[in-house]
Amino acid sequence: MNTLFDKIWDQHVVQQVPDGTTQLYIDRLYCHEVTSPQAFDGMRARGLKCFRPSQIYCMPDHNTPTHDQDKPIEDPVSKKQVDTLAKNAADFGLTHYGMMSKDNGIIHVVGPEKGLSLPGMTIVCGDSHTSTHGAMGAVAFGIGTSEVEMVMASQCILQQKPKSMRITINGQLGKGVTAKDVALYLMAQLTTSGATGYFVEYAGDVITALSMEGRLTLCNLSIEMGARGGFIAPDETTFAYLKGREFAPKGEDWDKAVAYWKTLKSGSDAVFDKELSFDAADIEPRITYGTNPGMGIGITESIPAAGDAGFEKALNYMGFKPGQKLIGTKVDYVFLGACTNGRIEDFRAFASIVKGRQKAADVIAWLVPGSWAVDKQIREEGLDKVLEAAGFEIRQPGCSACLAMNDDKIPAGKLSVSTSNRNFEGRQGPGARTILASPLTAAASAVTGKITDPRELI
Amino acid sequence: MKQKFDVITSTCVPLPLENVDTDQIIPARFLKATTREEKFFGDNLFRDWRYQADGTPNPDFVLNDPTYSGCILVAGKNFGSGSSREHAAWAIAGYGFRVVISSFFADIHKNNELNNFVLPVVVSELFLAELFQSIRENPKMQVEVDLPNQTVTNKATGRSEHFDINGYKKHCLMNGLDDIDFLVQNQDKTIQWEQQNK
Repeated sequence: MNTLFDKIWDQHVVQQVPDGTTQLYIDRLYCHEVTSPQAFDGMRARGLKCFRPSQIYCMPDHNTPTHDQDKPIEDPVSKKQVDTLAKNAADFGLTHYGMMSKDNGIIHVVGPEKGLSLPGMTIVCGDSHTSTHGAMGAVAFGIGTSEVEMVMASQCILQQKPKSMRITINGQLGKGVTAKDVALYLMAQLTTSGATGYFVEYAGDVITALSMEGRLTLCNLSIEMGARGGFIAPDETTFAYLKGREFAPKGEDWDKAVAYWKTLKSGSDAVFDKELSFDAADIEPRITYGTNPGMGIGITESIPAAGDAGFEKALNYMGFKPGQKLIGTKVDYVFLGACTNGRIEDFRAFASIVKGRQKAADVIAWLVPGSWAVDKQIREEGLDKVLEAAGFEIRQPGCSACLAMNDDKIPAGKLSVSTSNRNFEGRQGPGARTILASPLTAAASAVTGKITDPRELI
Repeated sequence: MKQKFDVITSTCVPLPLENVDTDQIIPARFLKATTREEKFFGDNLFRDWRYQADGTPNPDFVLNDPTYSGCILVAGKNFGSGSSREHAAWAIAGYGFRVVISSFFADIHKNNELNNFVLPVVVSELFLAELFQSIRENPKMQVEVDLPNQTVTNKATGRSEHFDINGYKKHCLMNGLDDIDFLVQNQDKTIQWEQQNK
């Protein structure tokens, strides 16, 4: 009781439906091209208009190619899906940031950077990584297409209230340890179902010290522990990030908003359904070895010696042996990007390692900014020069090799060190083998051509 | 799709694997459809486990084993984790499953099943283990899922368990109703909320 989650959730309750369901008001709905077309079709079949079109923002990201975006998409099926979103947005009177528009990018990168996702909001999207927006101090969660249609039709959703969990991480992160490593550590501790049924509030010294980009990465990965969402109470870091952004309140409205946002925190007497605490000193740079994000180890550790049937199936798929160390394993592909690690800080981190070094000749590296705004900042900061001098090329924004719905597919059998969020079988292309890691570890592995502890190159 | 639910008695298809994610249920490359083509999604259910790289059926995968059939899928714990894609629920429904039994479901997928009139039945680890064993011993054994009474029965052992379901959702499943009708009917309450909170 009296948690920040309770405050935001309870404020948005339109009515309690008998038998445990809540009609919850939604402030913001984001739509991408993959999970929305059937919802728009459903609206048409019912003869409905969007109830609050001004609160809905659409942009394609999953199918977008990461090169030649000014030309028509080559894959006709991808093209149709992207074109369908543009048509649906126009038909229903919704804001649409199309490909090549300076506003386009991955929906979970664009929302925060435009100030569309604000503290205290309820935010949904037909995408499990909607949890990202929780970093702004919002209740944000992924939904299915039927639920997207509910929100289009009514700006509300019917949900059962999840339980609340607080994860506190105190201490100070060591050299080369990033928000990504914290998240990978938590997934290994909790497993991919350890937070199922919960909304997670992250707290403690480590969280307070994280930049906004780091917080977005951490909240992004909440779903990989099974959580409905994860969030961080807004503070000065949040306010400084939001100030001046396109859709953030301005002038007097800003002052009023900040005054309200400052009240958004869990009470000192808050009671969570579950509380967990971890020590920053226990976290080193992390990598995964298996086929779900919870199957991870510290980069200097060995794969566990034994496990269940799922463990054997995973190692068989990955081509690894129980007890094996992965450091020094040859890498074929490196992917920097996705809603997890496609922000400016991730490009800064990657550039800091490769600066003055050269990409390993036999590594194929895809560096994909999360949005055109990130791309612009990369160039303004001169990171493009650093990356190009080291043999890397910056591609155009989109979800890219995170789930390989465009042409950026890792070939079968190839090993990829990826800053994305899922290492499921076939996630980066049929037969692709994925190691999840931070931008620092990805950069270190890209220059050596082997899985490398970034601390050796810092 | 919106077949009203009552009591379902069927043989089962066992998938004794844990953490089956929605990328396995329907891989991302099949998400490009812009319509709800249930047959298309059903045909590609568990695509990369069900078919070999050359497109021929994988004889080791349970959906290709004629020993097993029925409209109840029995899966290991944490079924449907990962991506929120409702296409996974469309694939399960499109294949012809009406019930999925597991000891634990991922949240978003569970809602997606319910919104597509597929019933997720959560049972105890013990019940699940025994059920897998019963199916192994006799693939023709049946399970009865009684939604009105919220019970699931292993007909081979006679063991029965109560399962939970939100009362509102139960009402929807039994009467073929969906949430959008409800929400549109309640727009006056939404407008009232907006006036008080904006």
